[in-house]
Amino acid sequence: MNTLNDRKTLVSQVAEAMGKRVYNDGAENHKETAPRLELQHESPKLVSLEDAIRRSGLRDGMTISFHHHFRGGDKVVNMVVAKLAEMGFKDLHLAASSLQDVHAPLIEHIRNGVITQISTSGLRGELAKEISHGLMAKPVIFRSHGARGAAIASGELHIDVAFLGASSADPLGNACGYSRSENAKSICGSLGYALPDARYADKVVVLTDDLVNYPNTPNSISEHDVDFVVEVDSVGDSSKIASGAIRDTKNPRDILLAKQAAKVIVNSGYFNDGFSIQTGSGGASLAAVKYIRQSMIDRNIQASFALGGITAHMVKMHEEGLIGRLIDVQSFDKVAAESLKNDPRHKEVAAYEYASKQEQGSATHYLDIVILSALEVDVHFNVNVLVGSDGIIRGAIGGHPDTAEDSALSIIVCPMLRGRIPCIVDEVTTLITPGRTVDVVVTEYGIAVNPNRPEIAERLREAGLHLVTLEELRDRALKIIGTPAPLPFGEKVVGVVLNRGGSVMDVIKDIKE
Amino acid sequence: MKRLRRTMMFVPGNNPGMMQDAYIYGPDSIMLDLEDSVTMAEKDTARLLVYNALKSIDYGKTEMVVRINPLSTPYGKKDVEAVVKAGVDVIRMPKTETAEEVVEVEREIERVEREIGCLGRTQIMAAIESTLGVVNAYAIATASKRMMGIALGAEDYCANLKTQRSPEGMELLMARQTIVVAARAAGIDALDTVYSNLNDMETFRKEVELIHQLGFDGKSIINPRQIEIINEVFTPTQKAIDKALAVIAAIKEAESKGSGVIAVNGKMVDRPVVIRAQRVIDLALASGVIKKEDLV
Repeated sequence: MNTLNDRKTLVSQVAEAMGKRVYNDGAENHKETAPRLELQHESPKLVSLEDAIRRSGLRDGMTISFHHHFRGGDKVVNMVVAKLAEMGFKDLHLAASSLQDVHAPLIEHIRNGVITQISTSGLRGELAKEISHGLMAKPVIFRSHGARGAAIASGELHIDVAFLGASSADPLGNACGYSRSENAKSICGSLGYALPDARYADKVVVLTDDLVNYPNTPNSISEHDVDFVVEVDSVGDSSKIASGAIRDTKNPRDILLAKQAAKVIVNSGYFNDGFSIQTGSGGASLAAVKYIRQSMIDRNIQASFALGGITAHMVKMHEEGLIGRLIDVQSFDKVAAESLKNDPRHKEVAAYEYASKQEQGSATHYLDIVILSALEVDVHFNVNVLVGSDGIIRGAIGGHPDTAEDSALSIIVCPMLRGRIPCIVDEVTTLITPGRTVDVVVTEYGIAVNPNRPEIAERLREAGLHLVTLEELRDRALKIIGTPAPLPFGEKVVGVVLNRGGSVMDVIKDIKE
Repeated sequence: MKRLRRTMMFVPGNNPGMMQDAYIYGPDSIMLDLEDSVTMAEKDTARLLVYNALKSIDYGKTEMVVRINPLSTPYGKKDVEAVVKAGVDVIRMPKTETAEEVVEVEREIERVEREIGCLGRTQIMAAIESTLGVVNAYAIATASKRMMGIALGAEDYCANLKTQRSPEGMELLMARQTIVVAARAAGIDALDTVYSNLNDMETFRKEVELIHQLGFDGKSIINPRQIEIINEVFTPTQKAIDKALAVIAAIKEAESKGSGVIAVNGKMVDRPVVIRAQRVIDLALASGVIKKEDLV
């Protein structure tokens, strides 16, 4: 006989041999019969912020993380850290993809010992000023976006609990930087800088201001990676996240720099069918794409992809057929964010897929041309994008060293003078992007080509562009504004700049009031 | 090659940042202003800034113009003295109504030039901004051998005329044509008035096309973003350039043969054609559509 009952002994023996228990009908959960639309809102993941923190297992001394896709409109960092302070947490390491002016309330939390360490790509505003003056005992660790993604993936930067704002999420944690519902309150587009945190943090808390029904697909963050979902009034002030229109600079100097950069691109030798391009933030570099558009049409050239911070101009050119694919780690405006939502050829990538030095497959390795801005460039082509000429931290590394190093041609647009501040200098205040990775510097007084790239200089000269040396520009700037007094730096190290390979690139000293 | 004056960019004389940057946009002339854009309280400061800008900033080959305050004000003579000493190329007189005003400014310039030993260096241009000025345009244009141009200032002129500016510019037609005719008769340049709505580049382009057709040499501008459009409108077409090059080649051929008669494609070329051809070449060179090497 071979009935279920006859096999009972055999089942027990096999179970014992496999180290498993025998199925017991009565002990299993009952079958859930509630309509699923109702049931999903009883998801055990759906909790208050306080419960999420409590149940995440967060303890003093641990690392928490945030993304900066809501930019100046972000409400998540301040909300979560205020709650952590209220709950009595101390000695936390805050690892954000970047921090902005809006995060000035962190100053108090640092003074009170809630936050004792920061890792970020950038710092701005009052927080940056206080830290520059020596607010923290431990130096801030600065990494590029590519380096942060890689450090999280490798475990060098271990995150205990990630708090990730999302413009929509379902009760199971499928989350996006936009919403398809009528109740959408915010939009930021790509969540590229949050994806490493979502994947590698021990616990992931998604905060959303638009809790939608399951399934919130296509999704950026997968429910698989999410432990808790917290519904909040607002994750960010939309008006400060992304502007609705094309941000066209009207600053004549930016326009001049953008047009010159466009001429460099067109005559560089890399302006061929199938090329790829990225523009960094900053009016002039963003606008440069606009000015190569006509040349692309005239020469019947199409770009295979545009990378990085995606802008309305790129979306427009993509829709016109001039750019094949958009690879988006961060959407720079609302047009880009909407495009990401609606266009399958507009792809979202995680920071490590974007610009990790260690991942051969990351997109920057296949990038032909990048246009970047700078606070300072020195005569050795070294670039500083982090610390102002007054010694105060006022910027972000972003993907600057990643894209400069990996691209075939890196172009820096930088005015020779900003008011009374010389931007072409003997030595950068802080070394962020090494000169060996910088190919061309475009200023309003002429274009300088790195001596490593004589073939580029030759092509630009043939095209009739005005080439100068950085030494000439430095001298010209000094002639107009005189030699600035040396900065009153102290002896305390307030910041450490890590190279994308993980080595220490430079340190930032405190600056006296 | 005759100096081109397609764009004369206004830069307030009390704004060091703009004075320092003006050159990078490539206007044909830069006009540092001591008059309307500077308040009474800042007249002395601005004069000092403009003096130092002229002395210390490398403006390359850009023509440097300073708009002074009228001699009838307490500032006019000081302005002349400072800018002549700083080596300005051109003094622009505002609100010029009579030839006598030009003569007075010339006298002041000469006094300063004698003092520093550079007699005859400084040129004059006059802005005509009233009905009386328009009526006297030719007399003004010929009042001094230093005169290099006359310009229309439309805002004051329209107020004087008891009307306001329209997009089509009908109300300015007579003043514009009078000024071009007077300038041409005097053998000097004619410059059009400013267009100040930076958000309407379409109307601006139409206005530039109009004044180009009327015969103006160029236009006063208030923002670097206006330069490109003017240069586009003033850049000759390839057809015009080819024709002009043929004329110039014919002249060279005639010269080498020692012949006084010039012909292109069997047609005789007379003087106006030669002058026009030379102007087309100058504009084409300045705008970079042809290079000096192309001329050989």
